[in-house]
Amino acid sequence: MASGVKPRVKAPKSAAAGESVTIKTLISHPMESGQRKDSDGNTIPRSIINRFTCELNGNMVLDATFEPAISTNPYLEFDAKIDEAGELKFTWYDDDGSVYETASDIAIA
Amino acid sequence: MKTKLLQGIAAATLALTAGTAQAEEVIGYDLNGEIPVVVETAAPDHLDGALNTIRSGWTFRDESTKTMQMDDFDNPGMLAVEEAEAAWSTAEGSEGKSCADCHGAAEDMAGVKPVYPKYVEAAGEVRTLQMQMNDCRENRMGADPWKYDASAAVAMEALLSSVSRGLPMNVAIDGDAAETWEEGKELYYTRTGQLQLSCANCHEDNYDNLIRADHLSQGHTNGFPVYRLKNTKLNGVHSRFKGCVRDTRAHTYSPGSPEFVALELYVASRSNGLSVEGPSVRN
Repeated sequence: MASGVKPRVKAPKSAAAGESVTIKTLISHPMESGQRKDSDGNTIPRSIINRFTCELNGNMVLDATFEPAISTNPYLEFDAKIDEAGELKFTWYDDDGSVYETASDIAIA
Repeated sequence: MKTKLLQGIAAATLALTAGTAQAEEVIGYDLNGEIPVVVETAAPDHLDGALNTIRSGWTFRDESTKTMQMDDFDNPGMLAVEEAEAAWSTAEGSEGKSCADCHGAAEDMAGVKPVYPKYVEAAGEVRTLQMQMNDCRENRMGADPWKYDASAAVAMEALLSSVSRGLPMNVAIDGDAAETWEEGKELYYTRTGQLQLSCANCHEDNYDNLIRADHLSQGHTNGFPVYRLKNTKLNGVHSRFKGCVRDTRAHTYSPGSPEFVALELYVASRSNGLSVEGPSVRN
């Protein structure tokens, strides 16, 4: 179980209809690759965020698969075209089964 | 004397060609779009012409590294600041007190970081911020002191630094601090190690040049604690000193030693006038 996991999102509060906006996300997570060994020589089991999704009103905006080479505290920046006002929902899926969620409202200006 | 004069002229020409006017403040960026950060300004008087203008380490880095520091969301050092914020209001030790119980909000500590290291009357010595933090922990909170430059200590220093960003560095070098400052100055100009290098050889004589693949800065401390991309964590000033001295192939002083405290005071005084940037992002 990863400790100290906290999702963060920076998204604009409003956008023009059809505008492409930049969204930044960051989740604090150790992203243990499964390649490292502890001081006794035993393999430290893999524990990473393996999937990230962003949805706008239930429609998928981005669905990304994360691999073990992705660094600690993965940061993801992407553009999303905003056609309607609503709620951006961000979800991170952990190897250990935990799901971390956060959301951000966006209005049409 | 003649060589020194020539060097002076060379430096002045260089400054002119580089388009850096003397005594002019340069705002590098607005932190979070709000707080202007001075990254270049006239050197403090005590430098006596050794440098004409002082430039923050930020100006020596490439665009992507610079950009990371301009917004708190992009700055990985702010993760440690968040952790320290939680620690700030968490009671520890036998007295059941937290930092916040005496000091209030962390934001109220704005202006503290730029004046450290400073002479502390009650202690009768020059102290760094970390030494003061440990004094609080031991004597007011009844908690165990942090090891010098331990991650919790550096994170707390980063929190105190983050609330002072944009304020000019302003350590005192006169009065009771003068003696320690002189010691620090002597260390700065003393060659050490098999390579026989002093701090000045790189950071005064050769800044802006490459030392192998590293772009040498003027070595200011206004950006400390520094998030380094090479080790993906916050680094304290003393640990950085240790790394530098080690690279001259010398036995180094320890983080927290009186020598490094003196050196920190002297190096901080060279940054007087630059904005506090810590936690900054560097290579």
